[in-house]
Order: sequence, then structure tokens, then C-alpha cells
Amino acid sequence: MATITYRDALNQALREEMQRDDRVFLMGEEVAVYQGAYKVSKGLLQEFGERRVVDTPITELGFAGVGVGAAMTGLRPVIEFMTWNFALLALDQVVNSAAKMLYMSGGQFAVPMVFRGPNGAALQLGAQHSQAWESWLMHIPGLKVVTPGTPADAKGLLKSAIRDDNPVLVLEGEMLYNTKGEVPDGEHLVPLGVAELKRSGEHCSIITNGKMVLVALQAADQLAKDGIRVDVLDLRTVRPMDEAAIMATVRKTNRAVVLEEGWSASGIGGHVADVIQRECFDDLDAPVLRAHQADAPMPYAKNLERAAKPDAAKTIAAVKRVMYLDS
Amino acid sequence: MTNIRPTSTSTPPSGTVAARPSPAPVNAAPSMPAAPPASDTRELHRELLRMMLLQRRFEERCAEAYALGKIGGFSHLYIGQEATGTGAISVLRPDDYVITTYRDHAQAIARGITPRSVMAELFGKAAGCSHGKGGSMHLFSREHNFLGGHGIVGANIPIATGVAFGIKYRGGDQVCLCFFGEAAVNNGAFHEALNMAGLWKLPVIYVIENNRYGMGTALERASAVNDIAERARAYDMHRAVVDGQDVLAVRRVVGEAVQRARTERLPTLIESRTYRFMGHSMSDAVAGTYRSRAELDEQLKRDPIALLRAYMHERNEISESEVAELDAAVRAECEDAWQFADQSPEPELGALMQNVTVEGDGGPASGDGASSADNSNGAGGAPPAAEPSS
Ligand SMILES: Cc1ncc(C[n+]2csc(CCOP(=O)(O)OP(=O)(O)O)c2C)c(N)n1
Ligand SMILES: [Mg+2]
Repeated sequence: MATITYRDALNQALREEMQRDDRVFLMGEEVAVYQGAYKVSKGLLQEFGERRVVDTPITELGFAGVGVGAAMTGLRPVIEFMTWNFALLALDQVVNSAAKMLYMSGGQFAVPMVFRGPNGAALQLGAQHSQAWESWLMHIPGLKVVTPGTPADAKGLLKSAIRDDNPVLVLEGEMLYNTKGEVPDGEHLVPLGVAELKRSGEHCSIITNGKMVLVALQAADQLAKDGIRVDVLDLRTVRPMDEAAIMATVRKTNRAVVLEEGWSASGIGGHVADVIQRECFDDLDAPVLRAHQADAPMPYAKNLERAAKPDAAKTIAAVKRVMYLDS
Repeated sequence: MTNIRPTSTSTPPSGTVAARPSPAPVNAAPSMPAAPPASDTRELHRELLRMMLLQRRFEERCAEAYALGKIGGFSHLYIGQEATGTGAISVLRPDDYVITTYRDHAQAIARGITPRSVMAELFGKAAGCSHGKGGSMHLFSREHNFLGGHGIVGANIPIATGVAFGIKYRGGDQVCLCFFGEAAVNNGAFHEALNMAGLWKLPVIYVIENNRYGMGTALERASAVNDIAERARAYDMHRAVVDGQDVLAVRRVVGEAVQRARTERLPTLIESRTYRFMGHSMSDAVAGTYRSRAELDEQLKRDPIALLRAYMHERNEISESEVAELDAAVRAECEDAWQFADQSPEPELGALMQNVTVEGDGGPASGDGASSADNSNGAGGAPPAAEPSS
């Protein structure tokens, strides 16, 4: 096991998959000469050349469509969005083309490709640059959506995404790129659609994904000081969602808090709560609670941004409430 | 195709040191006499110099504040490009509209938003021009018809077209001035917006600030056509190329376009050839990866402020000591803005959930001026500009 950054883990995944399959190429803004806006593609131009590491104009809709066309006819594109905020311009190709092509063609045209880039808020980037899109994107049949929270998952999920025959969206975290963690040596694949228990406890379940995994673990550490031991279930893939893992943790702890980065309406928490009420109704000792971003665009001011974001304190408060400890 | 006339009247940057601002008719407002008295010209030049110096010193302080963590997020400086915003905005009337990108600090100041309220916004304070909610990339001022810094490349171009549509719809004679970078012209929004403006003959002036790079990508690595102004042909639109380091040339060319928009309701696409002296944003190195130090050094010789100064010296319009006085005055103004921003309070926490939607009776929709406070709820939910949200 080597301890590497989330950024390097993604870089390794891209490099290894490009080495093993000439059909895989990387395309996006600043991926080549600039070495990636967040340096995820560092060194790839030098190793694979301009044929396979392609800088584009600022034309998201266009190059997303280029990826779809290339994928329909035999290549395996990895399309990088500088951030998912800019992917909104390309959603027509993601949703109307990539997601539906197999179905509309009666199974004739698969679209084996990856759309990836940083998702969610960083620090004080304001309303247009601080958005977590997983609950939007998981709405769409035909897509798979993964949100790695650790370096090992970043590498393993991206490699699986590239090998998958469907369009897979990989939502990374800008704030995660510098985080470090152990990544298994050699071939490391994480299957799509499989959650992982990142911490084990018996009093309550925190169900989460992406960057919020770290927040949940922080909350778990603090709760442990009060003798409260929680399960932290990292969904990893939000579509398809690992319902069996959700059921298993809730049947164990009988209480659940769903923590997500984005807004609450039509959110991941609503979806998970539906799974729980449907499958674990008799196991519940308390209503399912949710922690999420305030229902407002992200403000710039430091104090307002802090108030808007979900954090460990808000998660702990929710855990204490479902345990009836909030007196 | 008969009405396509390039209106270029000045030379694009040649990379030479000697190119200096062209002596020009300095006032483009249609009602002004063609040749104002020499004293007026001198006053105008001094004001343009002061304005550019103010922006320069202001942004030098921004870089300092960013390093100290007083400004957060992204911060994109305009240093080196001041002549374009200053010259272009200087020909507008107060009731005209300006819309721009995330590189907006200096243009906000050129439009008359006070350094205090811009700095307070950058510091995330309630007294900021967007009440602390926008930040560096999203400066707004209803009072100044400054319709924002926009963070998504290309997004402000159709919005500008819509503003011009609204002007024509209401039968007004205002114009909309829209700034964006040369990299934005490869985005679909640019083409869609210009086609509509050409088709519907809207009073809008699109100013492409061609600083040669979109982040780390040089123009010729991103665009099939390197003569950007040529793209206007596709939309049956007037076009012009101007030396963006020459504030007087910018004034003249934009002035002509403004007059055309005001009197004939026709759009113009202007390519202003300029250069950014700093990195793309605070996290980008000034030179090294995608542009050489030598290239930068060559461009630094065409500093728009130095060019105007030299021109004024030559005409005996200003002395060295007067320049020093101007500089001291704008430095003091920037220091005052810093102190003001530093000492003003953060927004109250209640502001977080305010302005998400318009609450209560929105009132009648705006008649024609975004500057009138009494209908502020009708068009966007912003509070009157002078009143910080609490
Ligand atoms: C749609 C979209 N894609 C990507 C970005 C990231 N981005 C911000 S500025 C920029 C470069 C823009 O260059 P240009 O239009 O020339 O303006 P300049 O920064 O040079 O003023 C990029 C790629 C964005 N903000 N929006
Ligand atoms: Mg540019």
C-alpha cells in the first residue's frame, strides 16, 4: 500500500487505463499543455501525446458531443469538465444523447465513456462555482454516477468507470485533491454500485457520499468521545445505489442520518429515506434526519458560507436528535 | 452583406515600444462638439489617467489582501487591461448598461462604483456592492446599471443581448456594453447571442478583450480563425479592431459603436487587443507554463498607463510632480477602501436565506431603468443599491 493524494490516485487510474487500452483518450479544457486545471492530468500529454490528450476550446457542449460520437463508434473517451458547474452547458449531450442512446437505438449503440471533474463547493467561490450536482445527475436513467471520497476509491472507481460500457459520471471533489490515503498497489478496481462501511458502530448510521465522507468521519470521531459509536456508510456510487448496504446498516443501528453536500429538495437524502421507510420501516427507532446545504445559492462571505454548508456540527446535532439526546 | 464595414481606426498592438495613443477626437457622445477646447481635452486625459491609476493601485491592494486571506475564492486581476474598460465605459451615459465577466473589479470602479464598496465586497462584508453575497466574480450595482460580473464563460453575452432587446422593446435610447474574453467566442452562447443581435438589430456593443489567452490556452490553440473580429461577418454586424492598450483609441472606437447603437440601434463587435500582466487568477503563475517571461516582458513595455502618461507628457498636459500627486491621491483612496472594508461588519446570518426568491408583493415590473429603486423587487429581487441587506 502506498499513501498518495486523491489527485495522484486519479492520475494513476487515467495513466494505467490509457496504457492498457489505446481506445481510451482524455479530452477537455487545459488537460494537456497546462497539465490540468487541478493537475489531475499531469504528465499525460508527455506520456501519451496530443493524439490521446486533447486540449479543447471553452466549448463544453461541443466536446461532450464529440465524446458521445467517438464512444458510439468504438472509442472510450474520458471527458474532463474543468468543474461540474461548467458541465451544465453540456447537459444536453450528457442527458439527451449519452444517457439515452442505448435505449433509443434498441440496444444497438452503447456509449462507453466517462465524464469527470470536480464537483461541489470549495472555499468562497460564490454561487456559480459552488454546487454539488449528484442528486440532479442520479435522476437520469442510463447514467451511472460515482462520487469517490478517498484516494483508494478515486482510483478504483475511475478505473471501473473507464472499463464500464455505459456513460459513467465521476464527481470528484476539489477540496479532496490534496487529501492523502492508502491505495492498494497493483491493479485496484472498485466495483460500481457497491457502498462501503467506512466506520463501524452500533448506535446510529450516517449515510453519505463524496466529500461528505470526511465530514461524517470527523463527526464520528467527535461522537465517539461522548461514547456514541456510529456506522459511516459511504455510498460511493449514487446511481445505481447499493440498497442492500443501506438496509444492512439501518437494521443494525435502527437510526439513520443522511448527510449530503447539496440542497435538500429531490436530494440524495430523500431517496435514501425512501429506501429506508420502504425496506426498514419496522427497524426504525426514530425518523430519518438529513444534513445538507442551506436551501439557498452559496453565498461568498465567509460567515454566510460556513452557515450554509453541511458540517460535522450539523451532522452531530442530527445524530443526537435521532438518538433523542438533544434535550 | 453591404452594410459590413470594418470600423477599425487604429493599429493593433505591434509589440513595439513606440506605439503611442493616437491623438483623437475625445468625446464620442453625439451631442458633444467634435473638437473640444484644449483645456477640456487635458482634463479628460487626466481623468482617464487617474481612473486607470486608481484601478491599478486598487488591484495591487487586492493581490496583497488575497495573500493575507482577506479576500477568498478566485480573484482575477485586470492589471494590464485597464485601457479597455476605462476607455469603453468612459463614453457611456449613466443610464446605459454594463455587463461583464469574473474579471470585474476594475470595470466596476470605472463605472463609478466606489473603491470602498468594491473592496468591502471582496472582503465579504455587508457594505459590499453585492452585500457580501457575490464576491470577486459577482460585483453588481443597480445604481450604476452594472449588471454583474458573471462566472460562467460566455453566459453574459446572451444576457447583454437580452438587455438590448429590452431597451428596444421599451423604445429607449440606451445601449448595453458587454465585455468578455477572446476565449469566450468559441462557446455556443457567443454565436447564438450575436446572431440574435444581428437579426433583430439590437443596441449592444460586444467588446472582446483579446488578451491572447483563455487561462493557459493561447488563442491560436483554441480557435480555427485567429482574426476574431471577422466573426462579426457571420452575423451581418459591424466590427472593429482596436489597440486595447490605447485608452484614447478605445474611447474613439467604442464611442462610434455607442453612437451607432443609440441612433441606429445596430450592434457592433469590437476586438480590443490587450494583454494581462498577471496570471489568469491568483493561483496561476504570471509566466512559465504557457507563456514565456520574454513575451511578458515585451508586453509590459506597452503598459496602458505608461502609454497615456508618455502621451500627456509629450503634449505638456501633465508634469511628473502632478502624476506623483495623482498617484498619491489614488493610493490614499485605496488605503481608505481597505480600512473601510476591513472594519465593516460581516453580513448578518439572516442574510443567508434572504434574496433566494422575491418575497411579498413584487410590485409592477420595471419600466425602463434598473436604477429606479421603487421597482427594485420587480426585476431580480435586489434591494435598492444603497441599502445593505440586514
Ligand atoms: C463555461 C465555462 N467553462 C470554463 C470555465 C473556467 N474558466 C474561467 S475563465 C476561463 C478562461 C477564459 O478566457 P477568456 O474568455 O479569454 O477571458 P480572460 O480570462 O482571458 O479574461 C476558463 C476556462 C468557466 N468559468 N466557464
Ligand atoms: Mg483571454
